[in-house]
Amino acid sequence: MPDNGRSPAGAATVTLTIDDREVTVPKGTSLLEAAALQGTALPHYCYHPGLSAPAQCRICLVEVEGAPKLQPSCVTMAQDGQVVKTDSPEALKMRKGVLEFYLVNHPLDCPICDMSGECKLQDYVFAEGREHGRGREPKRVFGRDDFGGDVLYYGDRCVMCTRCVRFMDEVARDSRLTVVERGSRAVIDTFFDEGLEGASFAGNVVDICPVGALVSKDFLHKARAWDLDSTPSVCPGCSQGCNIELHTRDNLVQRLKPRENAEVNGHWMCDFGRANYEGLNRGGRLEAPAAGRGAKRRPAGWDEALGQLFARLQAAAGADVKIVGSAEWSCEGLAALAAVGAETGEVSARVFRSRCAADEDRLPGFPALARRRDLAPNVDGARTLGFSRVGGEDAAGGLEEVAAHDGVLFVLGDDLADQEAAFGEAASLFVYMGAHGSEAAANADFVLPVTTFAEQEGTFVNVQQRVQRFWPGLRAPGEARPAWLVLGALLAALRGGEAAPASAAAAFSWLAGERAAFAGLSYEGLGAEGAPLAAPAGGNGAA
Amino acid sequence: MAYPYRHDREVRVMSEAFGDPAARTLEGWKARGGYQGIARALEIGRAATVDEVKASGLRGRGGAGFPTGVKWSFMPREQNPGRPHYLLCNADESEPGTFKDREIIRWTPHQLVEGCLIGAYAIGAAHCYIYLRGEFFEATGVLAQALEEAYAAGLAGPDVLGSGVQIDLTLHVGAGAYICGEETGLMNSLEGRRGEPRIKPPFPAAAGAFGMPTTINNVETLAAVPGILRHGGEWYRQWGTEKSPGTKLFCVSGHVSRPGNYELPLGFPMMDLIEDVCGGIPGGKALKAVIPGGSSVPIMSADECESCELCYEGVAAAGSMLGCASVIVMDETADIVKQVRRMADFYAHESCGQCTPCREGTAWASRILRRIEEGRGKPDDLDTLLQISDQMTGTTICVLSDSLAAPIVSAIEKFRDEFLALIRRGERVGAA
Repeated sequence: MPDNGRSPAGAATVTLTIDDREVTVPKGTSLLEAAALQGTALPHYCYHPGLSAPAQCRICLVEVEGAPKLQPSCVTMAQDGQVVKTDSPEALKMRKGVLEFYLVNHPLDCPICDMSGECKLQDYVFAEGREHGRGREPKRVFGRDDFGGDVLYYGDRCVMCTRCVRFMDEVARDSRLTVVERGSRAVIDTFFDEGLEGASFAGNVVDICPVGALVSKDFLHKARAWDLDSTPSVCPGCSQGCNIELHTRDNLVQRLKPRENAEVNGHWMCDFGRANYEGLNRGGRLEAPAAGRGAKRRPAGWDEALGQLFARLQAAAGADVKIVGSAEWSCEGLAALAAVGAETGEVSARVFRSRCAADEDRLPGFPALARRRDLAPNVDGARTLGFSRVGGEDAAGGLEEVAAHDGVLFVLGDDLADQEAAFGEAASLFVYMGAHGSEAAANADFVLPVTTFAEQEGTFVNVQQRVQRFWPGLRAPGEARPAWLVLGALLAALRGGEAAPASAAAAFSWLAGERAAFAGLSYEGLGAEGAPLAAPAGGNGAA
Repeated sequence: MAYPYRHDREVRVMSEAFGDPAARTLEGWKARGGYQGIARALEIGRAATVDEVKASGLRGRGGAGFPTGVKWSFMPREQNPGRPHYLLCNADESEPGTFKDREIIRWTPHQLVEGCLIGAYAIGAAHCYIYLRGEFFEATGVLAQALEEAYAAGLAGPDVLGSGVQIDLTLHVGAGAYICGEETGLMNSLEGRRGEPRIKPPFPAAAGAFGMPTTINNVETLAAVPGILRHGGEWYRQWGTEKSPGTKLFCVSGHVSRPGNYELPLGFPMMDLIEDVCGGIPGGKALKAVIPGGSSVPIMSADECESCELCYEGVAAAGSMLGCASVIVMDETADIVKQVRRMADFYAHESCGQCTPCREGTAWASRILRRIEEGRGKPDDLDTLLQISDQMTGTTICVLSDSLAAPIVSAIEKFRDEFLALIRRGERVGAA
């Protein structure tokens, strides 16, 4: 095959030299992106991979051989044979100059700015800026402006990159922000009094603001960026499963931030999901296993509780089993629960309850992303594993038969808030596993504390049938254990000496061996971005 | 003749009718030879029209001096389906010191209308927009009247002069922003967006107004075209120099006895313009400096003016630019620091605010200059100003900040003592 500048895949490529190193990139790649691929991170404000590039911040200027002046690397496309210098004296001088301009009016109020520590102005000035400013002039003052919703605008800190304006125009397709005035008097403002109030994706403008001009009211003065730990996770708000980071401090989630995943959520997440983290910080947790019904309930160690439970399950062999799962618990936990049920006897019900919204809320500029109707992260996982949804759109009701069941009853992750104290009264064996206690668990023979998804490793399946991993961002309270660990041990014992999974990876590989939908997937292979389930053969078992 | 001032050495090709209200009407203009240019263009065809303008050597009068015929030839030869061509007439005259386009429109609106028709025909545009500066109230009325007459007489509209060629003319009045005179800023403004210059490429000939192939010409450029079509390109070359053919309106302001618009052949000696045509500096004062081409160009000292010829290459050789030939004359009493500060104020006010070096640099420079002017300067301020200017040059989307850098740098280079005197005086009186 003649060399026509095409890679084997058929996509055209170009080869250029950046800072004396050759790099081959797909045709249509900007110099900024090409430099990034080659390992050179060029500073930039107005450029954002999810938005158009207006080339106005002028800080990504590079020297291109043959061009009369420095070129903005964000809009200059890579060409064959191009020779680019990102660190030539001229380019460095201009970047230093542009950074000085940014500081002419910047208030330098880093000590009280929420962005401090993750601010691109701080980073770039520290890396390439002047040691001392030369400004003697008083700085202009704009003050701050409540943009509505969760967004607060500090005009003095603004670098006028207009990412926020373009996000609202191009991605949210809800033009609520604009630049008013011109020159150094220019500020970002809202068109109408309601501002961003009611715009359901507006929180993203805070994420994409490279400085502290747009900040979250919810997070305002709550924590310093360098005190936060960041853990990759999946948003529990709905079945979209946006990839997120849990930002935690003092074992509390402080905020959620979107994590890029081109297949699921791009760079974005919705405000509903973003605001929906307080549940993860809820106190009053179950901390130790307990055994015994009602007044006879006594704390028990895990060994004791599981030993007794194992004996009871063996004794109940062949019983009628009903299982209540939850769409907020991991696939591994739910699968192990289903398997324990099947190992015990005849499973006559495998159900879960979850809240539903009236409609979807789609992000027009990134239509793969929507706040889905199912307001729980693992609805599709639960369905794939054979659970069916019962009850109303408010996640209540639907458990009449279960409540009155006279066989073996398992509840995992549903705190039965709407159920009566008589729930499970007739059950021959009632096992309650959850993060929080419940009045309706009074009749439980065993109350086992399990961890939430934020405290353990595991996977969810999103609405696209994509399996996605999450990692523990919080320490589990007391003796709480992941459901897959508890149920995995029971299952191994019930199956007569099978090895119990000792890690989330082992639990997932057990799942992949047990369930056809997960066949061929490896925990390692899922990585941080997940992978689709195997194509279902004649339906995915959804109810 | 009465029009503010006239002089024998003028060559009044375009400006003969200035001051003559009778020339404003269609009838009056036709009596003076009007609309013969478009008739000839329609007769010889598109390509020949472009060639005629190329042969004349006419260069863009908006400031850049790009050859007009060459610019027209950048347009696609044939119109692609769904990709109409547009001609834009830049009548957003707002360069400080410039007042020629306003006079062309006020006195000879039909000259511009005819120029627009020829230009549109030459580039295959069925629609020409005239973007007129918002503050030109009188010109707006005059031009609107002329357009009405042109439509009524079948000179504009679906069938120009019975040729079957359609050329519509639309008058669009701006809201008064300097940056909307920048060609791509003008396009954004015309489309109803913020008047912010666009990144090039794409160039207007590929994707301009409404994303379509577009040519944009200055009023004076288009007003020169009817004569060229009527008399031929060679006729136009009888004036001016080899590289700068033809005549040009010079807007002279400042310290001269007879300021005003004078149409002169390009290459005219600058000192003759000041001393002879404009009657010299009043009160016998000495010349200090000249800004030869509108506020955006480097200031020239009196020495540099001595042998300077007013043509594109002549002023360039003297270290400045002809620009739009707006000659601002300053005598020995002029305060250079104040003049530069006023320019800086202007550019800071008019910066669109997109690009960081311009948004912050122009405002910062204006504040430093203000401080120096008020006697609170520091010795290192001049270095700071020069570095700011360097950082504002060639780093932005359009050339607005370059246009402030040029006067600042040239003023500091040529009149450093004036800056230093102010700084020292401030130090002496102990100003903080």
